[in-house]
Amino acid sequence: MTISRNARLLLASLLGVGLAFIYVPLSVVIINSFNASKTFSWPPSQFTTMWWSKAIENTGVREALKWSVLAGLSATAIALILGTCLAFAVSRYQFFGREVISLLVVLPISLPGVVTGIALNNAFTKQLGMSTGLLTVVIGHATFCIVIVYNNAIARLRRMGTSLQEASMDLGANGITTFRLITLPNLASALFAGGLLAFGLSFDEIVVTTFTAGPGIQTLPIWIYNNLFRPNQAPIVNVVAATLVVLSIVPIYLSQRLSQDTTTGGRF
Amino acid sequence: MLNSLSNYLHKKDRLRLVALLTTPVLWLVVAYLGALAMLLVTAFFTIDGFTGNVIQQFNLGNFQDMLTDAAYKNVVLRTLGIAISVTLICSVLAIPMAFYMAKIARPRSQKILVALVLTPLWASYLVKIYAWRTMLEPGNGVLDWLLGPIGIHSPGFGGPAIIIGLSYLWLPYMILPIYAGLERLPNNLLDASGDLGAHNFYTFRKVILPLIFPSLVAGSMFTFSLSLGDYITAQIIGGKLQMLGNVVYQNFSINLPFAATIAMIPVSIMALYLYLVRRTGALASM
Repeated sequence: MTISRNARLLLASLLGVGLAFIYVPLSVVIINSFNASKTFSWPPSQFTTMWWSKAIENTGVREALKWSVLAGLSATAIALILGTCLAFAVSRYQFFGREVISLLVVLPISLPGVVTGIALNNAFTKQLGMSTGLLTVVIGHATFCIVIVYNNAIARLRRMGTSLQEASMDLGANGITTFRLITLPNLASALFAGGLLAFGLSFDEIVVTTFTAGPGIQTLPIWIYNNLFRPNQAPIVNVVAATLVVLSIVPIYLSQRLSQDTTTGGRF
Repeated sequence: MLNSLSNYLHKKDRLRLVALLTTPVLWLVVAYLGALAMLLVTAFFTIDGFTGNVIQQFNLGNFQDMLTDAAYKNVVLRTLGIAISVTLICSVLAIPMAFYMAKIARPRSQKILVALVLTPLWASYLVKIYAWRTMLEPGNGVLDWLLGPIGIHSPGFGGPAIIIGLSYLWLPYMILPIYAGLERLPNNLLDASGDLGAHNFYTFRKVILPLIFPSLVAGSMFTFSLSLGDYITAQIIGGKLQMLGNVVYQNFSINLPFAATIAMIPVSIMALYLYLVRRTGALASM
């Protein structure tokens, strides 16, 4: 394609500016976690790894991490089951209301989190008389994670077609054997990508969590939020923030290695 | 036993469908739609000013309050302004970035660039806004330190800060669909336009832009809708400025029916937006 040298240079520099816009703040977070000063000062005059060891020993952080992982894994497990069931139903059957399902499933992430949050809180505490806790957090998270698994699974199911399954059945395998040996292995990487993304979404969620977690539960984002404006906690918050920035490379690495169609991490 | 069940289900096609659908549909309808419906109903209730309890009596008082008080109109307009600005900023930043990624970068660097754009999506939302707090801190923030020498100063915490923060959060959501759209766009269309004498900008306006319009719309669904309901960014870097989400959040604990009424505003705006998007046909051609 013919693009003049000048246009190329202009576009390259715009890309550079864009990437700088994305990465300068993230770098600041990482550098700041080594900042020796207890209060925010920029540029840092001295560096230390002291805050890192303090953060690792911090019980609040450990507790929050535990809740986040627990909620994330439970929500992901539910989303994997419900999302896959829906994807099978929509991709393999014709039925009344099929289009409504795809709308229903995206609704929880399309509407603002604060709306979903107060709606769930109202339903759980006022209407059903439940007390908020891990269960309500998991229900809330699973609700908006279903769509992620659903999207990944349905794309794969559509591309797979039904011929392999039919061949398996023709050769005498029953439904369960076919599912175990043919369908599931073909679906596995899509489910892994969907599950990874669902976990990531749940792990990072703060708004719905604010309204569904009781006072007893602090997930990592809630912990960060609660400590954001406490001056003496600032160094620990910086370390937690830096860790989360560094960890964001892991899912990208995994999904890039996994397969071509999941290079976007399954977000699209 | 399992095998006979499996054989039985195989013969009963409809039964299998019912088995697949029941739990997820019940979950979404009961846990989610049910909760939303109850919230909508609550919007028509009021609270007892003395006890703070919700009085379950149907009336339109909340809607009257919302429509007559100019303060709420301002919040709605401000929130819309912020969401539109964020969408525009993200589009302007994303188009050249996506174009370079899709059409100029070599295949190897293309993969790396996609990964570079995606990685921040996995970094925590709060961390990113927190990062901007340190960037924008008036006086001793990173922005003043970095750009102060060339005469650019931090706008401090407030409306501009919210727009910067939200644009930062949602930029990858705009880059990726545009990148996907540009990748599908055949190079020879651009060549043809060039051969027929169009210069770069003309080709961009007449060929590229109309063809990636659906991608822009797809990106805007994220940038616009996510900005519309946000309240945490405003809490952290917005200074005293309030968005719709903040009003909902604040009323939630003191006057749930009124919070529910206000919450209907972003929901209706999104419904209208989705309807308009559908009418442009942008979604169908995705």
